[in-house]
Amino acid sequence: MRFKLKHLAAAAALAFAAGTAQAQISGNLVKIGVLSDMSSLYADIGGPGSLSAAKMAVEDFEKAHHPKFKIEVVGGDHLNKPDVGSQIARKWYDEEGVDVIVDTPNSGVALAVSQITKEKNKAFIGSGPGSSDLTGTKCSPNTIHWVYDTWMLANGTGTALVKHGGTSWFFITADYAFGHALERDTANAVKKAGGQVLGDVKVPLNTQDFSSFLLQAQASKAKIIGLANAGGDTINSIKQASEFGIVKGGQNLAGLLVFISDIHGIGLEKAQGLILTANFYWDMNDKTRAWSKRWSALNNNKMPTMVQAGVYTSVLEYLAAVSAIDSDDGGKVIAQMKKKPFVDPLFGKSYVREDGRNVHDAYLFQVKTPAESKGPYDYYKLLATIPAEEAFRPLKDGGCPLVK
Amino acid sequence: MGISVPALMGQLLIGLINGSFYALLSLGLAVIFGLLNIINFTHGAQYMLGAFVAYFLLQKAGLGYWWALLLVPLVLAVFGVLIERLMLKHLYKLDHLYGLLLTFGLALIVEGVFTNQFGSAGLPYSMPEKLTGGYNLGFMFLPTYRAWVIVASLAICLGTWFVIERTKLGSYLRAATENPPLVQAFGVNVPRMITLTYGFGVALAGLAGVFAAPIYQVSPQMGSSLIIVVFAVVVIGGMGSIMGSIVTGFALGIIEGLTKYFYPEASSTVIFVIMAIVLMVRPQGLFGQR
Repeated sequence: MRFKLKHLAAAAALAFAAGTAQAQISGNLVKIGVLSDMSSLYADIGGPGSLSAAKMAVEDFEKAHHPKFKIEVVGGDHLNKPDVGSQIARKWYDEEGVDVIVDTPNSGVALAVSQITKEKNKAFIGSGPGSSDLTGTKCSPNTIHWVYDTWMLANGTGTALVKHGGTSWFFITADYAFGHALERDTANAVKKAGGQVLGDVKVPLNTQDFSSFLLQAQASKAKIIGLANAGGDTINSIKQASEFGIVKGGQNLAGLLVFISDIHGIGLEKAQGLILTANFYWDMNDKTRAWSKRWSALNNNKMPTMVQAGVYTSVLEYLAAVSAIDSDDGGKVIAQMKKKPFVDPLFGKSYVREDGRNVHDAYLFQVKTPAESKGPYDYYKLLATIPAEEAFRPLKDGGCPLVK
Repeated sequence: MGISVPALMGQLLIGLINGSFYALLSLGLAVIFGLLNIINFTHGAQYMLGAFVAYFLLQKAGLGYWWALLLVPLVLAVFGVLIERLMLKHLYKLDHLYGLLLTFGLALIVEGVFTNQFGSAGLPYSMPEKLTGGYNLGFMFLPTYRAWVIVASLAICLGTWFVIERTKLGSYLRAATENPPLVQAFGVNVPRMITLTYGFGVALAGLAGVFAAPIYQVSPQMGSSLIIVVFAVVVIGGMGSIMGSIVTGFALGIIEGLTKYFYPEASSTVIFVIMAIVLMVRPQGLFGQR
């Protein structure tokens, strides 16, 4: 009898061990998928630069922590099409053992990927997408929205400009999920601050010529023309606005989502004076400068956008969480990342809320004049810091079902 | 929606400006197709190269916009001649599809290399001092630069049409497409003429690129986002018809401009809707002959 019991105990112990082994990291490999726009209008915002940021994070994590598991990074091009993005995500999750998808500019694609990630119980950490719906009505226990969102941009730029006298607005909006969310959030911020919205025009994504829309904006006599678009669309609209004498005529442009790569593409002569909100600028402190210079050396001497910086720190934090719970179960890792506040090497003090929103400070910048700038990428001056608590949409207002 | 006449006039004028880009690009395509029977899918990449060469001239050699107007078409013509001599020449006896595949592949390679090298955000190119500013027409503010683009592209389009349709050189060109051996028998060097024609078509794309550089984003994708529309223009106008491509280019620019005013969401599709209708009703295109 005693003998049998011993056997039984051993068997149970074995079974238990096998059970925990299953809960551990699958194949002892953590695979990170950088799903981005690798070749089109958002490729300089995320794209290959995000891929190299993810690789830097893996390298730094391995150097600092010597993890027991192996880490691999793969990249994919979603071509800004939700169906293509979904297909890659499914293939990665089902066939290639990818554990987490990062980056993913283009809210349309990101919303689709977030849905699939939840179905498969993997993890999705978006640095690239803007739509605040990702942590609002469409929030998911498997998704973290890492860097910025439309509410933050809208609130930062919208509120600040109304306070400075920009009381009437006209929107030029990119006609898809992100543009609509950005316009809605900004319009709300403007109205809340006491301003009014005179009109809007919805423009197809990737438009070359904005002159028709700029004329409509000009005719509206609004004091501020809000550009609810991104990437190449923003560049073209700012370039052409300067041509049509919009700023000289007394109207001002507000770039609602402007990246440093955009300013580089427009040139300070045409972009000067533009006010924008962002969470990251390479020239903020010693840490951001040091990291950005390392990144720059790998990327044709460009400087990183906040999205690329976000990919770096999101991969670091993700790996730290995997290592802490010794599991790559998507839901569990995301829950672990929400557990306690942390100091992000590039974004400063941060914490992830239950709706998946990563919260940190935001900044209001103004683009320098050519005379103020000392050289390439010396583009922003800091106007104000928006403290983390005020920068993002209050938890209760988002309508996320995860928030009780 | 209330329609205000001034706003409408503004949109018509804007449409004319976009139309001049369509006309210039579709003219090059039509010339190449008409005389070489090649569907030149590299046209968008060549337009992009035009803008980039203008940028390089300014950055590396300090040569501004006016020099670019002169030099860029020459550089691009040389580029075109090389492509024709080294690659296209071998395809004339084969099906259209081979030329299409080759030029499409070339476009992808050129755009890929440039994206890799310069990124997608594009490069700044400033407007020449003399063409900044604009005129207040009462119903709209017309930037000087846009007025210049309309005038210049109209002049170039009509000049090209005149040379091909009304001069002796043009008659050789047209004859050579009908019956190359016969024209050769008259002592005309047909292969060389074809090479130069391709070079000219490419030069037109490069010139359009220079026109675009100060107002559009100078980026590797600038061509690919425009070229599909331009192909639609050529199809609507009738493949190979010179006048057809010019008139259709301007007309579609205006139609697109009006769509941007009345129903902006459809502005990127309206041209393709028209293309579908034209193909159903008149498959050879508005100006094409069967």
